[in-house]
Amino acid sequence: MTERTAPHISVRGVGKSYGGVSVLRGIDLDIAPGEVHALVGENGAGKSTLLKVLGGAVRADAGEVSFDGAVTTMTSPRDAIAQGVSLITQEGALVPAMTVLDNVVLGRWRARAGWVARGADRAVFDALLERTGFDIDPVARVKDLSTGAQQQVEVLRALARGARVIAFDEPTAVLTEHEKAGLLQLMRDLAAGGTTVLLVSHFLDEVLAVADRLTVLRDGDLVHTGDAAEQTPASLVRHMVGRQVDVLYPAPPPVPDDAPVLLEAVGLSRSTGPRPVHDVDLRVRAGEVLGIAGLVGSGRSELLHLLFGADAATAGTVSVDGTPITRPSPRAAMAAGVALVPESRKEQGLVLVRSIAENTALASLTARARAGFVRRRSERTAVEGVGRSTDVRAADPTAAVGALSGGNQQKVLFAKWLLREPRVLLVDEPTRGVDVAAKTQLHHLVVDLARQGRAVVVVSSELEEVLALSHRVLVLRHGRVVGEFGRDAPREAVVSLAFGDDEQPDEHPDEQTAPAERTSA
Amino acid sequence: MSTRTTAAPTSAASARPRSRPGGKVRDYGILVALVAIVVALSFSTDTFLTRQNLVNLLDQASVVGLLAIGATICILSGVFDLTASATLAVSAIVGVTVGQQVGVVGGFVAAVVAGAVLGMLTGTIVVKSRVNSFIGTLATSIIYRGMAVVITAGAIAYPLTDQAEQFGMLTWPSVFGLTSATVMFLVVAVAASLLVSSTTFGRRLYAVGGNAEAARLSGIRTDRVHIAAFTISGVCAALAGLILASRAGSAQSSMATGYDLNAIAAAVIGGTSILGGEGAVWRGVVGALLLTLIGNGFNLLGWDTTYLQVTTGGLILLAVTVDGVLRRRAR
Repeated sequence: MTERTAPHISVRGVGKSYGGVSVLRGIDLDIAPGEVHALVGENGAGKSTLLKVLGGAVRADAGEVSFDGAVTTMTSPRDAIAQGVSLITQEGALVPAMTVLDNVVLGRWRARAGWVARGADRAVFDALLERTGFDIDPVARVKDLSTGAQQQVEVLRALARGARVIAFDEPTAVLTEHEKAGLLQLMRDLAAGGTTVLLVSHFLDEVLAVADRLTVLRDGDLVHTGDAAEQTPASLVRHMVGRQVDVLYPAPPPVPDDAPVLLEAVGLSRSTGPRPVHDVDLRVRAGEVLGIAGLVGSGRSELLHLLFGADAATAGTVSVDGTPITRPSPRAAMAAGVALVPESRKEQGLVLVRSIAENTALASLTARARAGFVRRRSERTAVEGVGRSTDVRAADPTAAVGALSGGNQQKVLFAKWLLREPRVLLVDEPTRGVDVAAKTQLHHLVVDLARQGRAVVVVSSELEEVLALSHRVLVLRHGRVVGEFGRDAPREAVVSLAFGDDEQPDEHPDEQTAPAERTSA
Repeated sequence: MSTRTTAAPTSAASARPRSRPGGKVRDYGILVALVAIVVALSFSTDTFLTRQNLVNLLDQASVVGLLAIGATICILSGVFDLTASATLAVSAIVGVTVGQQVGVVGGFVAAVVAGAVLGMLTGTIVVKSRVNSFIGTLATSIIYRGMAVVITAGAIAYPLTDQAEQFGMLTWPSVFGLTSATVMFLVVAVAASLLVSSTTFGRRLYAVGGNAEAARLSGIRTDRVHIAAFTISGVCAALAGLILASRAGSAQSSMATGYDLNAIAAAVIGGTSILGGEGAVWRGVVGALLLTLIGNGFNLLGWDTTYLQVTTGGLILLAVTVDGVLRRRAR
């Protein structure tokens, strides 16, 4: 939109490699002040690396980056802060045990003779709240805040440091629909106020809704830069993968009328913990996909943990194929044929430092052991077989699983459980943080598992995904089932139920979405 | 396996297996360092490459080596065992005291049983109390030292006079002229290596150390794995205690004080990750040999042993720093 102004950020010939593998090559790019500029591409395309180069977190091997015409050499976060650049990453960089206020002024405490001047800090904070319209308690501990609020704290901190460039790496992946809309609006507001906003996101609708201009990367090369208004989700995907791909959701096949109920929960509750679950009844038949929708924090993951026995229920029972699990534990659930693909592959799913093969075999060790010794050949055959069927892309099964891309890690996680031939598969966030191609593959995988007669429960923050993949969708709010929809339910109805009647959902910027095809079963 | 799932349309762009260049250097760097010191000492002294010196060297390494094996197994599973040297003392004292009643061999068996029981107890305390293992075992080790004082009433425990010769059996020469202590150490090293690298228990050990929550959600009973790791550490400590007692002809409550940290140092020098989930038993063994070799080298070269500790500490720092640099570069 501001083509004629002198560029705020100018990138010339930037390249970066890690251990001989080149992840960025010859990037040239100009970004105007007050522009929202999005970087898109598949996982491994180099978009996050480029963002980190611009944000001062990663040092380029070649080329140069200029701010306002002056070439910079940022070698530390301290330099980046001095340049007015703030990088907001997925992991977050907050100190969980400290208060909101302390986090916002972290490293820049206003001090008098070495003593922290609380009043001055507080004044700065209040001014920022007024500017952004956020509503955050300054004395709350960051660890007690929702993910969305934590992100707001990071934005406040960036502003407190006088950031002129704020770079967001996948900011919405962990947010609710409501929080997403708020964040996108904030980006627009920041840009309108003259801040340059950089954004890396997998969500193309979101990118198109918020960005002025965008850059598409593919395998470390810049393949397109231009106005966002000229693009559609389909045209972006073409740029990203270099050809047209099928971004349609597969539809699950109809459930036979005589299909038995494989998973049943009655009155399942957990009254303790930060996110209690109350009195959930559910039944999933063989070949059926049950979706669970709800806001982040509505108890979705907690419900799956109860079904799997990973947390102890305070009331209620879980039955598999009519047999109640009497002493719930992951082992008992697994013995009954239940598998759980957990929400966070890094924290709950994979042992990142161990190999692909070891991770794949981890849930079924005794199946391929004699007298306690692992039969390596049998293990290798099994791992390679299931790796093929889930299309894990890895040259060497002995390589650490942490070195794989997000999509491949997720496939390894699925492979681990498929090796057990589960009858009931619980899947929490099947495609979080994976690239477009892998996402489609995982969708097909879920549908195929249902076709094979397994009972599948899918939790996802992406409403499109959960509606498209499931036969039925349960909506959770504050740990209770508040409604059930068929697969043709209008998206708005599900969202408003998830939010509750007292709080209407905001308009979603992605109504034009719809590369999603949803045929009725 | 016949999981039939069709792959959807794919893109070649997502296929990017990343190798880890520099991985080989990092994997075997410590072995290179060990060989380099051996070669250097072989050329610079006439005495290093003699049969007697090598037998002595291995005999000296056996105590720290056994403790390092236990420490490695604990660290792999994500816990520290600071009770090892106290367990060593109590086990050795039990060995001597029980041996006075039932004979030397019976006493040795009792010592090993005591080590296993104490290890299991340590593990249970750590697991059930949910206290960080570093603090939990630190406190427990003080209790065990106290128990050693109580059992001996502060005195030195000797075997009966007619048992004294047999009690020294671990110092006797055995196959290839190696001491029995060395043979025991090597046998335990091979067994522990196999256990960790080739059994389902080993896989669980790595998984629990690498990501306890992922292991739990894969149906692994992480508590049991930790208790087993402490138990193995206890047995290793008891065997090390028997070697020390057999050499000295006695056991006492203050024996092997501070050896826990030597053992952890040996494990870490070898390249086992202090964060858990990465490493190997042979690494602990190599680390122990390296530590012993430094002292041996000082002696043979006639260097002033006043500087031995400074050098040892410096080398530990150097090894861990180089390891960290190589790891970061590999990333």
